[in-house]
Amino acid sequence: MSVFWSLVQRDLLLALRRRTEVLTGLFFMVIVASLFPLAIGPEMDFLRRMAPGILWIGALLSSLLSLPRLFEADFLDGTLEQLVLLPSNLALNVGAKMTSHWLLSGLPLVVLAPLLGLQFDLSADLALSLMLTLLMGTPILTSLGAIGAALTLGVRGGSVLLSLLVLPLMTPVLVFGAGALEAQMGGLGIQAHLSLLLAMMLASVALSPLACAMAVRLSLE
Amino acid sequence: MLTAHQLAAKKGRVTLFENIDFELHPGQWLFLSGANGSGKTTLLRILCGLGQPERGQVLWRNAPTQIDSTPLRREMMYVGHALGLKEELSALENLRFHAQLTQTVFEMAKTQDVLASLGLRGRENLPLRVLSQGQKRRVALAKLLLYPLPLWILDEPFVALDAQGLEVLVRGIQAHLAQQGLLVYTSHQRVEIDAPGLEVSLSP
Repeated sequence: MSVFWSLVQRDLLLALRRRTEVLTGLFFMVIVASLFPLAIGPEMDFLRRMAPGILWIGALLSSLLSLPRLFEADFLDGTLEQLVLLPSNLALNVGAKMTSHWLLSGLPLVVLAPLLGLQFDLSADLALSLMLTLLMGTPILTSLGAIGAALTLGVRGGSVLLSLLVLPLMTPVLVFGAGALEAQMGGLGIQAHLSLLLAMMLASVALSPLACAMAVRLSLE
Repeated sequence: MLTAHQLAAKKGRVTLFENIDFELHPGQWLFLSGANGSGKTTLLRILCGLGQPERGQVLWRNAPTQIDSTPLRREMMYVGHALGLKEELSALENLRFHAQLTQTVFEMAKTQDVLASLGLRGRENLPLRVLSQGQKRRVALAKLLLYPLPLWILDEPFVALDAQGLEVLVRGIQAHLAQQGLLVYTSHQRVEIDAPGLEVSLSP
């Protein structure tokens, strides 16, 4: 386990040294979410109805933007090779990389979302639900995306391919994430949506490091 | 002991090499020679378990190594074309994380001594991206000298090193072999290593 935390620590330190890369993803989210109210106009009812979908799509695209970064730098400078050659379990080590990636690109979205929700006149309850769904949803985005990122390593134009590969897989997350808020607006409970999201999160967080480790090995061969 | 048995590798449809056999004993080096594109790096990657041979087998201490073989990974250090160092981190940080990831003890004083012996005194805390290619290579070599493991697999270790760096490396290699270590390396430079060894030539 100490190897796991050392890896997380190293990736966080690296992110601190090249802050711009982390910030671009977040600024992207901010800008996307701010463009919609400007384009659509200040009709509160309309904006309120659009908010869940827009904020969720923003989160999806922003996490997609940061995905190629997950393994690429390590692939280019040879640290990925060294990671594979470590005597410790590769799936766990890949899991560590996914954890730090989520801390840098997923968690900030969760924190940022309610602020962006203000532009859509999102009520406090809805903002809270939005945070909750993102808290469960972003780990799914990271873990599904990581498989795609590992598979497209070293492929020319890999980032476009990556989007095509993982976006369809991410749609259920979008459906249930935005759907939860939709349901809450309609006066229904969001428990069902949250349970499904949680189930998806647990399954993907548990299984995707295994698939990801295999994909990393494959792309290094 | 590292043994290769009837190794063959293909790239696409082209056979890079086949029928590679050798037996490397403790205290010996193995020099892989061959023209550009003859499969030297491919063979090294197969030996350390990053790639899979088309045919044949690699044995470490008489046990076949698989792609996930932990015994080999515990006892082997590979330095490839890409050095496996982080450009944003300093030499000391790189070495410290290496120690943490391989679960060995990081000794500050010893690390500084080794870096100084490699001519990096005063540059221990600079991010690697401001160092020259040769200096980066020296940091990678510091890894070998600081955390001695029985088997070294080095891809073009002499590239970008100046005369003094070369001398330090050769001395390190000789000390490693004297302690019953094993070394597999490729190079386009002929470097005299004062120890028994063998050469495997890859030719299409």
